[in-house]
Amino acid sequence: MEHEITLVVNGTARRVTVPARRLLSDCLRHDLGLTGTHVGCEHGVCGCCTVLLDGRPVRSCLTFAVSVDGAELTTVEGLSSGGRLSPVQRAFAECHGLQCGFCTPGFLCTVTALLEENPAPTEEEVLEGISGNLCRCTGYQNIVKAVHRAAELLAEEA
Amino acid sequence: MKPPPFEYHAPRDLGQALSTLAEVRGKVLAGGQSLIPMLNMRLAAPEHLVDINRVPELAVMEAAPDGVRIGAAVRHAEVERAGVHPLLVRALKLVAHPVIRNRGTVVGSLAHADPAAELPAVLAVLGGSVRLARAGAPERDVGAAEFFVGPMESAVQEGELAVSAYFPALGPRTGGAFEEVTRRHGDYALAGVCAVVTLGEDGAIEAARLACIGVGPVPVVVDVTGSPDDAARIVSERTEPDGDVHASAAYRRHLVGVLAERALRNATREAQARGA
Ligand SMILES: Cc1cc2nc3c(=O)[nH]c(=O)nc-3n(C[C@H](O)[C@H](O)[C@H](O)COP(=O)(O)OP(=O)(O)OC[C@H]3O[C@@H](n4cnc5c(N)ncnc54)[C@H](O)[C@@H]3O)c2cc1C
Ligand code: FES
Ligand code: FES
Repeated sequence: MEHEITLVVNGTARRVTVPARRLLSDCLRHDLGLTGTHVGCEHGVCGCCTVLLDGRPVRSCLTFAVSVDGAELTTVEGLSSGGRLSPVQRAFAECHGLQCGFCTPGFLCTVTALLEENPAPTEEEVLEGISGNLCRCTGYQNIVKAVHRAAELLAEEA
Repeated sequence: MKPPPFEYHAPRDLGQALSTLAEVRGKVLAGGQSLIPMLNMRLAAPEHLVDINRVPELAVMEAAPDGVRIGAAVRHAEVERAGVHPLLVRALKLVAHPVIRNRGTVVGSLAHADPAAELPAVLAVLGGSVRLARAGAPERDVGAAEFFVGPMESAVQEGELAVSAYFPALGPRTGGAFEEVTRRHGDYALAGVCAVVTLGEDGAIEAARLACIGVGPVPVVVDVTGSPDDAARIVSERTEPDGDVHASAAYRRHLVGVLAERALRNATREAQARGA
């Protein structure tokens, strides 16, 4: 059976008809054309499908689209504003927090929420915060640096 | 992979949830953090899913001095943030990653009954209970000792819903600890031990209970009140770990002893700090 749902994605209400089994990750990518959200493992381990659901990071591969009918979502496409990258995005670019970029959308969403909840995390809190996201390229060091740098940028702009 | 097709039900109140479950005998969808991976890997193919995320009666948490009752739609992260039960919160921090805990529910972790999961050990060591409901019948409270039946098997029957779980508070002069070893941060534990220790007025151990995970089909509860110094040996003897790709049975048996000593020591220290 198909279900008609409304998702408010990056500030815009989108109506879409999906079967119950449609994963939120596939709904975003295939039904709504927002391919910034990546899909790696589809069982919650790699973190690259992470999006913000009502402001909190969740695995879009472990969420059914029908289940979140009416919710507000932010994907990587919604992080920048007016063509300007967000402080977290700029910090990742500046610190070389990415190489191939496959994991990056998930890290950016996770870190955006992390810094909103905890604007000045310790090293340990950063490691805990990103422990659910895998990166096969960078070796993580520059990602950790980018999180601290993003905290600085956010503080400067506050 | 993608989940197999199913019929989706989203009841709006508890009565509707129970009547839907009675009618379709489907699987309950709570946080989905264990169920959806199983569907994606095609390890399960239920015909009906009953989503309890829109049932307001289940989204409540009641903290009283003698314990906390947590509704079935309350997520790990909410309990963590509310800080209502120090031992439960400590165990929650060992469950998966913060992002998974934003969706996963406490009651879902209990109903899922993974033998390596942390929360069943907390319920077991504290002697907590789970409240079950079905359409047209009175609710029943099932104690932890009867709730965990086997690996991935709880006392929840077909057509039944776990509506809440009750975690008794730690009493005076009582401390708790949770120690585990995982391959990577956030993974299921190779072995783990949850300890609760109560000291007498004189500072001597009055009660000491352990619940061990990853070393048996359900959390193994061991009372070491009589011989806390011998805990490592007792626990190694009482548990029956299996070997798998992650660790051999012998290693798990050794590990659970070491963790038991460590958990007892830390729980005792906390009991002392709490006014022995
Ligand atoms: C990457 C990853 C790592 C993880 N690591 C850990 C870990 O280290 N430790 C750990 O304990 N868990 C871990 N988990 C599992 C996670 O904690 C799950 O959230 C939890 O086990 C289940 O809760 P849920 O609300 O998501 O339940 P769901 O996935 O929705 O349901 C799980 C099962 O319980 C049943 N169920 C759920 N709620 C009820 C109810 N109210 N009444 C009757 N039946 C019900 C469902 O039908 C289903 O069979 C991990 C998960 C992932 C994806
Ligand atoms: S694709 Fe969702 S966690 Fe890997
Ligand atoms: S940059 Fe390639 S996986 Fe992280």
